[in-house]
Amino acid sequence: MSLQLNLHTLPEVPLEAELLSPESTNGLDADAVAAINVQHGNEKAEVGDFFKVSGQGNGELQLEGDLSRIKYIGAAMQSGTVRIEGNVGAHLGAAMSGGEIHVHGNAADWVGPEMTGGRITVSGDAGHMVGSAYRGSTVGMQGGEIIIHGNARNEIGHAMRNGMIMIGGNCGDFAGVNMNAGTILVLGEPGIRAGAGMKRGSIVTMQQPELLPTFSYSCLYQPTFMRLFLQYAVTRGLPVQEEQLEGEYQRWCGDAVELNRGEILIFAG
Amino acid sequence: MKIKSTEIVDTYAEAFKMWGSRIVITAATKQWADAAARSMTGFATSVIGCKCEAGIERELSTEETPDRRPGVSVLLFTPDKDSLGKRLVERVGQCVMTCPTTACFNGLDAEDTVVVGGQLRYFGDGFQISKKLNGRRLWRIPVMDGEFVVDESFSIQPAVGGGNILLLGKNLKTVLRAAKAATKAMREVEGIILPFPDGVVRSGSKVGSKYKSLIASTNDAYCPTLRGATASSIPEAANSVLEIVIDGLDVDAVSKAMRAGLHAAVKPGIKQITAGNYGGNLGQFKINLKDLVD
Repeated sequence: MSLQLNLHTLPEVPLEAELLSPESTNGLDADAVAAINVQHGNEKAEVGDFFKVSGQGNGELQLEGDLSRIKYIGAAMQSGTVRIEGNVGAHLGAAMSGGEIHVHGNAADWVGPEMTGGRITVSGDAGHMVGSAYRGSTVGMQGGEIIIHGNARNEIGHAMRNGMIMIGGNCGDFAGVNMNAGTILVLGEPGIRAGAGMKRGSIVTMQQPELLPTFSYSCLYQPTFMRLFLQYAVTRGLPVQEEQLEGEYQRWCGDAVELNRGEILIFAG
Repeated sequence: MKIKSTEIVDTYAEAFKMWGSRIVITAATKQWADAAARSMTGFATSVIGCKCEAGIERELSTEETPDRRPGVSVLLFTPDKDSLGKRLVERVGQCVMTCPTTACFNGLDAEDTVVVGGQLRYFGDGFQISKKLNGRRLWRIPVMDGEFVVDESFSIQPAVGGGNILLLGKNLKTVLRAAKAATKAMREVEGIILPFPDGVVRSGSKVGSKYKSLIASTNDAYCPTLRGATASSIPEAANSVLEIVIDGLDVDAVSKAMRAGLHAAVKPGIKQITAGNYGGNLGQFKINLKDLVD
């Protein structure tokens, strides 16, 4: 039986719960998990102060309730599964290297910052800085996948070096800013200044974005690799249209203020 | 042993350990995928002279390929692990990458791998792009019609080469007809290829030669023109012999293909069906014809 945590008391201020991960709770019984220390604002607290805990830690963690004030769930996790029913707070899966996090709800800012592996799936919307580098850091996401079925806000994939971010809806400004490598797929509409300062990597959008003048048009073609990525997106439940699979894409190279080896692919029908 | 009027000799095919790979070639149309596959499997009849043996396994529908385009599955075999990687790099690079609209993917699930796309990427002269999808690394190499997409690595596995049957008939026409029927039946078996032209070889070989520089020479025991000059194995009523060689990803697939071919080849005028071996001294696998008769 997996470990089940049901929120019974909404934290008044953000609760930092980086120990709520499959590894930290593996093998622990409900009492031991309830006694795990968490940071509630500027005070120490215990998991049991906020959650009713049941089951036994076996690598699968299920959390339920309005977790929008609970931060760092699944941070640094390497394996196992976290399932969240409800909205979740910031820094979900920060620096995780393996395992899976499923959120049936919305996620706040900083989903999977600097993650190196694993998969995060959010059924609703996500905030700013999905898969990004922390401020002052030069490298964001380095591997793994983040799949947001709804919309995401600004600076998704900031300085990402590898991995994949898929957004089923729209995204905010500066998608892939300072990107080093990896793939960002936005099935909806992207904001302005996508790919600003990108060195390498791919940003794919299904709607025409307002491009920076430092991006140069290359050609109209059918990128074979897109067929693989879009089919994969379909397996993850994203709404890919048949014409997007079979259609042509404009290829724009940039950002010329950097290496000019990045690309923005825009679905052209 | 007999099937209908054809004698099945109580002997065995002696087959060899090889290393095999499955290459999935896709393209914008079936014709281009087929063109690349035919190019890749050209001059790949025998490791004796071609360094590898390769053939088309089957056509793939759009539902079966990674990119949902028409495809062809090719099997390629070499005697050892190291050379398999080299042959794949050569043939994918020269025959698939060069063919318009193609992409090339690993079609096997095995532990051992060889780097193929990871070598070919250098053709991109620094403009190549690596993509990772669900644990799989792909290379996008810019080419004049767009991009050539190829898997970084291809799986390889121990395989079997040199399964064979020999068809001995009253005349060439009869043997050709039987060979055609046999190869058609064999191609229905998954995991095998018939590396010779249209699956059939007339220049069966024996080990060694009177000429020291040759490692193989004509199988004089089965050359009808030499019946009066050598220790012939051809029965009196037969005047023509053709061989079908089978390579497969495992011995079961080779045996299954031999069984299918053997039964399909039994036709009026086919006097005898036998198999080639080297006295059991060279190959690691013995496939007995008597086990295939039932």
